[in-house]
Formats: sequence, C-alpha cells, structure tokens
Amino acid sequence: MFEKALKGNNYYWMWLAFLGFFIAVAVVAYLRQYFVGLTITGMSRDVSWGLYISQFTFLVGVAAGGVMLVLPYYIHNFKAFGRITILGEFLAISALIMCLMFIMADLGQPLRGLNVVLFPSPGSMLFWDMIVLWGYLILNILCGWVVLTSERNQIAPPKWIYFFIYLSIPFAFSIHTVTAMLYCGLPGRHFWLTAITVPRFLASAFAAGPALIVIMALILKRVANFDAGKEAIDKIVTIIIYAAIANVFFLAMEFFVGFYSNIPGHMHTIEYLFFGLEHHGNVYNNLVPFMWAFIALFFVGLALLSNPGTRRGNDLWLGLGCASIFTAFWLDKGLGFVLGGFVPSPLEEITEYYPTLNEIFITIGIWATGFFILTILYKIAIGVEHEVEA
Amino acid sequence: MDIKRRNFLKVAGITTLAGLGGTAVVGRLVASSGLAQAAGGQGAAQAGQANLNGNQTNPGVKRYGMIINLKSFRDDPTLGEKIVEACHSYNNVPDVPNPKDEIKWIWMTRYENAFHENYHLYRDEATEKQELPVLCNHCDKPPCVRVCPTKATFRNRDGVVVMDYHRCIGCRFCMAACPYGMRSFNYIEPAPYISNLNQNKPRRMRGVVEKCNFCVGRIEVGQLPACVEACGESKALVFGDLNDPDSEIRKLLRENHTILRNPSLGTLPSVFYIV
Ligand code: SF4
Ligand code: SF4
Ligand code: SF4
Repeated sequence: MFEKALKGNNYYWMWLAFLGFFIAVAVVAYLRQYFVGLTITGMSRDVSWGLYISQFTFLVGVAAGGVMLVLPYYIHNFKAFGRITILGEFLAISALIMCLMFIMADLGQPLRGLNVVLFPSPGSMLFWDMIVLWGYLILNILCGWVVLTSERNQIAPPKWIYFFIYLSIPFAFSIHTVTAMLYCGLPGRHFWLTAITVPRFLASAFAAGPALIVIMALILKRVANFDAGKEAIDKIVTIIIYAAIANVFFLAMEFFVGFYSNIPGHMHTIEYLFFGLEHHGNVYNNLVPFMWAFIALFFVGLALLSNPGTRRGNDLWLGLGCASIFTAFWLDKGLGFVLGGFVPSPLEEITEYYPTLNEIFITIGIWATGFFILTILYKIAIGVEHEVEA
Repeated sequence: MDIKRRNFLKVAGITTLAGLGGTAVVGRLVASSGLAQAAGGQGAAQAGQANLNGNQTNPGVKRYGMIINLKSFRDDPTLGEKIVEACHSYNNVPDVPNPKDEIKWIWMTRYENAFHENYHLYRDEATEKQELPVLCNHCDKPPCVRVCPTKATFRNRDGVVVMDYHRCIGCRFCMAACPYGMRSFNYIEPAPYISNLNQNKPRRMRGVVEKCNFCVGRIEVGQLPACVEACGESKALVFGDLNDPDSEIRKLLRENHTILRNPSLGTLPSVFYIV
C-alpha cells in the first residue's frame, strides 16, 4: 500500500519538503547536542527536564486521544465514526513515534537506551511507561494496517483483529495513566503529587487529541476530498467540549485546595505559573503569559465550539475553535505542568528555564517528523478510501 | 491515636499475616520501633515506617549514617569550605563554573534552604546566619532508587545509595524524584573542570547523574569518608553504623536532639543534624 504515498500533487510534495527542511535542521541540531552534550539546552540542575519531556508528556495525551473514536465505534457500534477512526489510529502512531524521539533526545546517554530493557526495573514507572507506549504503538500499527487492508480488499476485517482492537482501548488509557504516574508519585514535588494528575491528564488528552483529529479532518476535506461526515465531527466536538471542561474544572480544584488550605507547598507552583512567585525580592514569572494564554484560549475555544453558529455553520470557525483548545492544552500540559513542577527547587531556590535555540530546533524537528509520518499515513488511508469508492 | 497504639495495631496486623512466625516478627518490630525513636526523636509517622524495616535490627547488616553538628560549623566558619574541598578533590567532582551545569556532592547552604519546613519568622540570629552542609541523605527508602529505570542507582546492603555510572542512561528521573535536590547531572564533559585528578578514583562521563556515595571505596577498606576526615578532631561530622547500638554515632544520637531534613516524606534519611 505504500505506493499510494509516492503519488501526489504538487502541494503534497511541497508540504513534505517544508517538513523535511525542519527535519534537516533538527538533525544538525541534534548532532550538535550529541557531540557537545545537554549543556547546550536550557535545562539545569534545578529544572532537569525541559521542552523534550514536556512535549513527550503532551504527545502521549494526543496519542491516547484517538481512543475517543475507537471506543464509541467498536464498543458502542457508533457507525458515524467508521470513516474517521483510522485517522485516530494513525494519529496515535505518529504521536507515539514523536514521544519516543523526544525521550531519546532527552537522554544523556542515548546509546544506552536499551538498558531499560536489559535491566528491567518494575519499580520504575518509566519502565512501565516504555512497555505501554511500545504496546500501544504496535497495537495501533497492527489494527490500523489490518483494518485498512481489509477495506481495500472490500472484505470484513478478520475476527482475530477485534481482540487487538479491544485490547488497544485499555492500553490507550494506560499510556496516559502511567505517564501521569511518572509525576504524581514523586515525594516532595507538591504540584505533581496529587491523585488528580491522572484524571486531569486523561481529560486534557481526550480534548486535545480529538481536537487535532477534527482539524485534520477539516484539512483533508479541502485538500484530499475526504469527508468524515457531519455527524461524526459533531459528536467529536461534543466529546472535546466535555473533556476540556473537565480538565479546567480539575485545575480549578487544584486552585481551591492550594489556596484554601493555605499550605505553601501547594500554592507555590500555582503562584509561579499564574501570578509569578516572589523570592528574596525577585519576582519569577516567565510562564505567566503562557498560562493566561491557556485560560484565554480555552474560553475562546469553548465559545467557538459551543455556539451552534460557529460550530456547525462554518468550517473555519470550527477549525479555529479546535485549534484554540489544542493550543490551550499544549500550553497547559506541554509547558506549564512539567516546567512549573520544578519551581521551587527542593532547596527552596528558584531557577527559571529558558530553552535554547538548539533545543527549540530539535523540538520543532521532532514535531515535523511526526507530521511527516502522519501525512504519509493519511495519504495511504485516503488513497485506499478513494480506491474503494471508485 | 497515640504512637504506642498505632504500633501495637501494626504489630498485631502483621503478626496475624505472619502466622506461625509471628512471635519472632513481634520481637523484631518492637525492638526496631524503639530503636527508630531513640535514633532521632522522629515523628510518629517515621517511627511507624521504621517498624516495617527489617534491616534496622538485623545485627549482621550495617546501615551507615552521619551526624552533622551545626555548632562546630558556627565555631569554625572555615570548616565548610574544607569539607567541600576534601570531598570534591578526593572524588574528582568537577568545578563547573556555569551554575546551570554545576556538579556538587556536598555544599554549604542556609538553614532556611535545608530546613525550609522548620523555618519561621521569629528565628534566632544563629539560625538566621547558620551555614550548614547538605549531602545525599542515603535514605533508607530512597525515591531515587525506586524510580531509576535501569537500576543504575541502588541501595547497597550497608545502606549506602550508590550509582553505576556505566549503566545510567541519563534520563534524570532520579533528579526529579530526590526530594532533597542532592543529585547533579553531567550536562557538560567534566574532564576539563577537574583541576587535580585523583588517579585512584574514577571520574564520570558526560550524560550521567552523580552524587555523594559516602566515599564507598574508603569505607569498604575501613577508612572514614573524606569529608569526615577533613574535620579532624572537631567531630563536626561523625560517621558510623546506625545498626550498631555501641557505635559512636548511636551514642551521639542517644545523647542529643537531632533533626532530619523533611522527615514527613518517609524517606528515612541517614544523615542527622544536631542544631
Ligand atoms: S537524598 Fe536524594 S539522592 Fe540521596 S538517597 Fe535520598 S533520594 Fe536518593
Ligand atoms: S539518570 Fe541514571 S541513575 Fe538517574 S534514574 Fe536515569 S538511569 Fe537511573
Ligand atoms: S561522604 Fe564522601 S562523597 Fe559524601 S560528601 Fe563526604 S566526602 Fe563527599
């Protein structure tokens, strides 16, 4: 089926070349990092994880979000998602590949990565995260491919594949649950050390992932003549709205617990993220604008998606609404959550993190690689659809 | 619920579970709970946890620990620099100028940083000015060991939390997990920043984490850690086996009120401070 990715119009090739440019820049930047060391990133002794791990955390959510299509379609037999489910599965594949690349980019000794397998440590959540991420990746490749092949041959998918499809549902939940557990089980990091981290991660994932799928579906409608169907889009938007509200509601509860209990450890990070934290006469607030942008975009997105005029009347408004929610939650989880958790340090000092250009190039390059893979996968999927229709 | 009753319930519960071997378990747990309380005047939560920790009373097993006497550091303000220098030169710890990439195994900090949980507005002058050393606590329940995905950080049988620098993948999960901020990552190639290489000790490579290891090579051959030795007769730092009731460190623990960094987290540090 790969041959379908080799035939495309000019826009297709231009888009791939555009992504390829960023990938090439990132390769150079990564080589530089590889030979010089992580000193050329903005990470420090106090903020020991930066953009790479925060992107990883966010993208695990995007990968898990696809289950919001798989679950209604296969468990509740919600037929309208028939055409669009494959988009969710393929999005999961590319998001997971980005996750694995971000992890590799973050390692101080990337060549030793296999040590996680050679010396399995079931006490470490990173070990389990690796297992569920790889498991979910393989399941999605398998299910996506088998279902697509059957569709091409115009036969029903083989019975055995349903076992793996059903299996992929708990896996989707588990990847984000275990990723949240990387954070919420660490003593002394008050902002992370809360059980609500897990449901909050899931809620934001079930909003951001489907939001990206809607955007993709709207783009594919214009450029590839692929119509996901009005009913399907409408249902996904409903899911996005509820999940997005749940995420922000959980965050509001964090505010309540922190400020009502008045326990300094519970307030510090929230203060740092949203208002700036004063310490020895200095005010540290480099993430404040991003956090308020998150809140603002959330309300903009919510308004655009809930108002019937913008939601159903016009694809552009709908797309903007989804993009707002996606960006909002990227700011929330892909920046604030991970970086904020390191402030203040265990010794009550404050170090702020500023990514370096090299680090930003690598980050953009990994995103570009993800979209490169996604483009090719979608090209194949839609090629098959058109072939069947013809 | 008072401590006695809690401990009794714990003992009772575990005895039931243990079945036939119950009496022995009770004996051990009772002994160890007494021990943990004597060993630091720690809070109830901590004593409760120590109950479950068999190592504490196992006479064949050592658990190394350290006492830091803050009074000595007030009396001799140069002492801090001496111990840091002793450790860092003995262990080939690079002196990286950029604070972002800094490596430190032991360093002097202020009371408000090390004991921020115990800090308040109306502190005395001595505490206000106090500089004190911090180093890895060699926790009995170390979160850094729990999270390491490769077992590159592990707890020795003698209670020392050590690292295998050749196995570490540099994921820095342990740095996020250590609630004391005691771990450093080699962001930069360390070799150029080691002025006098100690040929007998390995140095680390770029991309791995490192921290104080209680001078594991020295204590194995019966020597004291370099920082302890640098204190000379001042007894500012005392090192020894917490499981040996006759050791000097246990004697000091019996005679002095000691405090721990952040005991509420249940990590059971092995480094005690006499204020
Ligand atoms: S102080 Fe930190 S590095 Fe040392 S054993 Fe405890 S958790 Fe690990
Ligand atoms: S950085 Fe090294 S020691 Fe720390 S958790 Fe990762 S592999 Fe283990
Ligand atoms: S015990 Fe050894 S490694 Fe640890 S601080 Fe002292 S000299 Fe350094």
